[in-house]
Amino acid sequence: MVVDCEHVWREISNYLEGDIEPDLRAAMEEHVRGCKHCTAVLDGTRNVVQLYGDERMFEVPLGFSQRLQRRLDENMHHDRRGFLGWMVAAAAAVLVAGSFEVGRSSGFSHPELRSEHAHPGAGVPPDMLVVVSTGGKTFHVPGCPFIHDKAHIQTIAAREALREGYAPCIRCMRQYLNAGWTKRSKRPLA
Amino acid sequence: MPEEVMTLGSPAGQFNEEMLIRRIRDGEHDLFYELIRPYERRVYSAALAILRNEADAEDAAQEAVLKAFKHIRQFRAEARFSTWLIQITVNEARMRKRKEHAHMLEPIVGHQDGEGNYTPRDFADWREIPSEILERKEVRHMLSEALASLGEKYREVFVLRDMQHLSIEETAKTLGITTASVKTRLLRARLMLRDLLTPGLGGSWSSKLSFAKGTKPW
Repeated sequence: MVVDCEHVWREISNYLEGDIEPDLRAAMEEHVRGCKHCTAVLDGTRNVVQLYGDERMFEVPLGFSQRLQRRLDENMHHDRRGFLGWMVAAAAAVLVAGSFEVGRSSGFSHPELRSEHAHPGAGVPPDMLVVVSTGGKTFHVPGCPFIHDKAHIQTIAAREALREGYAPCIRCMRQYLNAGWTKRSKRPLA
Repeated sequence: MPEEVMTLGSPAGQFNEEMLIRRIRDGEHDLFYELIRPYERRVYSAALAILRNEADAEDAAQEAVLKAFKHIRQFRAEARFSTWLIQITVNEARMRKRKEHAHMLEPIVGHQDGEGNYTPRDFADWREIPSEILERKEVRHMLSEALASLGEKYREVFVLRDMQHLSIEETAKTLGITTASVKTRLLRARLMLRDLLTPGLGGSWSSKLSFAKGTKPW
């Protein structure tokens, strides 16, 4: 096998990755041995990978670790206070639950859904990390093959996705969809 | 080789990491900082490479770490914790970048052709560069400037693969693109960086000879 300069440049990245067939590797090495241009490109590219791969390349700003730790501490303590508050609220909720059940009537209703095709996402854990795309209408579990516009995805909490009007993907979020709702009525089944 | 790869990447380090994660999930939240401490630099550098602003990068890095803490129960052991953390960081940085319309300031390097159509411009020979030169601030600045001048899609792939040491597959998954696109963009990013840095770091054997003149090898 014989390769020219253009072929070497095209494969130089795969060569450095060790991701080429042995025949091609041998042919490239044979070519590079006699070609100053390709030697320069290969050596330079290898240097680039080595330099940028060195962890000294970036330094964290002075005080970064302390600020990060402080923010984490604040968040954890906030969560603990929130948990205590939640416990109190939960106890209160239990007390009024009975009367709520009694008071529930046919006048009680769920909010209207935004889309004719959307399924309610009431069963999705609010803190679950989900993926949305800027132009899409649904949110997905990471890696779902039905994500549209994969070049513009972002990961957010399900709570945030619901608030922004995204509906759960009916394929990857199937387990969370409320089976008691019908497409046609958009109301819970009796 | 990054320090954390030598320690936490080892079987013993991996075991320690799994133990830490289990204890944090069981309620020992104060251990979380110990878990992420080896990755601080990587988290910050990933955010900085995307946002190109130190204050924004620090804010995004903090937010990413908080999200990782809140969602630690969703972490699946089949992935490396560092990869998961970097993925959250990249998504956080990209989301901020979109919100702030920073793409309007995107440099033009890397946009002049379709993916993969890049011909090396400068054939000056590179001597072997000792890694000690990274101790020099002006060299780090030069490397940062060159990286910042790449188009976003090339910079992201290069940062994840060559700086964060994610695999090709992990890089593709993080960015939501195919492995073929990762390889194409990586090739181009590496060659562009080499061209950008050759005047400063390369030798002076030759430059811009016949190869560069109007040829499009692919």
